[in-house]
Amino acid sequence: MGIVTPGFQGRPRVEAPDLPPGQYLTPDFPVLSAGPTPRVPREQWEFVISTETGTEHRWSWDEMMALPQETPTVDIHCVTRWSKLGTTWRGVSLDTLLDGVETAADYALTHSYGGYTTNLPLEDLRDGQAWLVHTYDGDDLPAEHGGPARLLVPHLYFWKSAKWARGIHLTVEDTPGFWETAGYHDYGDPWREQRYQGD
Amino acid sequence: MTALPYVDGNMLDGPLGEVFALDLSSATARCAHCGTPGPVAGLRVYSHAPGLVGRCPTCIEVMVRLVRAPDRAWLDLRGTTFLQFPMPPERTP
Ligand SMILES: [Zn+2]
Repeated sequence: MGIVTPGFQGRPRVEAPDLPPGQYLTPDFPVLSAGPTPRVPREQWEFVISTETGTEHRWSWDEMMALPQETPTVDIHCVTRWSKLGTTWRGVSLDTLLDGVETAADYALTHSYGGYTTNLPLEDLRDGQAWLVHTYDGDDLPAEHGGPARLLVPHLYFWKSAKWARGIHLTVEDTPGFWETAGYHDYGDPWREQRYQGD
Repeated sequence: MTALPYVDGNMLDGPLGEVFALDLSSATARCAHCGTPGPVAGLRVYSHAPGLVGRCPTCIEVMVRLVRAPDRAWLDLRGTTFLQFPMPPERTP
């Protein structure tokens, strides 16, 4: 209990009472990336939700921006142990995107420009828990932080908030994503410290 | 002035040395995606991530992933079809 190991960058740590176990507070916004940063022009960008029956729901950039927009302020927790409190984003609630999508699926696999994937239960995308965001702190989301648009699922470790989001496959069976197939936890609840498989 | 987002495969020597009894610095690996063989030291390693991700310098697909937990490690080589190591000559009787 109470033992905190430094993150991968060994940054100075600040104890804070409202942090999940094993996390430290950072004023920065570290850039984590498992590959080259995709540069996707908005004119070519699209977002696709596909269901277990093969039905596809597509939005162009303009169509996505015409949907009702929300401005969530949330805490984010990276599995590499940094946390950032009170971050402000703007984007479309997944409730809005999933409205009218008929599905019996229990799982969602988010896929990204550049090939990244990450899985989570579909119910974790509903009820005001997840957004497709295009703005951070009042500015366009920079490509290194996942722009043009990324997923934001702040109640799970931040690797679930896929950068460069391109779409979501809704599936009956759970399909582990990029980090979930390499040792990371299938669900990733920071408050239960579900970092690795078996945690 | 922008630093490259990756480092070369020599940085894998330490982390993979924890897993392998062999010295990988002089090993050759073949990419499962494009088929190009090359030195492990020539991989592009993305280390500012929850694990180490080594990518083929030719096609940029993932060849190796290494995730290190405090008490466990996961090594994923599905993107590598072979690793070739120099060995001491076999003794013939
Ligand atoms: Zn290749």
